[in-house]
Amino acid sequence: MLLIRCPYCEEDRPELEFRHAGEAHIARPERIAAISDEAFERYFFLRANPKGLIYERWRHLHGCARFFNAVRDTVSDRFVMTYKAGEPKPETLPEETGR
Amino acid sequence: MADALVRADVLAGRRAETAGVSVVPGAPASRLSLRAPQAGIAALSKALGLALPKKPKGTAQDGTRAALWLGPDEWLVLDAEGVDLAGLCASVRTAHSAVDVSHRNVAILVSGPAAETVLAAGCPQDLAPAVFPVGAASRTVLGKVEIVLWRTGADAFRVEVWRSFSDYAFTLLAEAARDA
Ligand SMILES: [Zn+2]
Repeated sequence: MLLIRCPYCEEDRPELEFRHAGEAHIARPERIAAISDEAFERYFFLRANPKGLIYERWRHLHGCARFFNAVRDTVSDRFVMTYKAGEPKPETLPEETGR
Repeated sequence: MADALVRADVLAGRRAETAGVSVVPGAPASRLSLRAPQAGIAALSKALGLALPKKPKGTAQDGTRAALWLGPDEWLVLDAEGVDLAGLCASVRTAHSAVDVSHRNVAILVSGPAAETVLAAGCPQDLAPAVFPVGAASRTVLGKVEIVLWRTGADAFRVEVWRSFSDYAFTLLAEAARDA
């Protein structure tokens, strides 16, 4: 079982308490009715789906119930770091990242 | 025709007892689901007569009343005497949500030297005393259902579970007790 660090509970907690909630840092257009179909498609449907590091929203559903963000490696499933919702995308990642 | 509505005790008569552990239903209690921002904590603590915990897994207890930290702005408040907890909060003017959930949950009390082992049969959290000490509480899962777990003693836990899930939770704990 994966252990995921909840930034609100401040400890590693079992995967079973969490739920994945899609890619993080997707900004909703200010005037969504005014954008083109192509722009809407990009905003609504298209996701990065990288092989490697991805920034995701997670929810500690069966714990504190908060949403937060996580950096996960899609190859190894390793959680590189987690941070609170609303905090900016981290510019630097913890050292051990390049595994 | 019935003269009065009677609330059925959903775990009435259930009991699992072995050499190492006892699993029994808890007595009825009043329960409050409380949500409030930081700015409301002081006034609500005063109204409830105990300091709402601010740390993860924190609890506060005073007599028959207890408050369990569930999240940064969420608590489960319990009172064994059946006090109207939502009523106590009614005079607090800062924005908050206080919902009486007394009959949403039932309690299951697990105690004895094997209590930690029995809980670990269905709860994936680390329940070792160093990580989950006496007084710690947390929302988590037990098998397939969500619970709130509170360690009330070195060998004693209180499981708060939604009423409709309580048969599942009790049965799972009773099975675990047979193996413990
Ligand atoms: Zn959490």
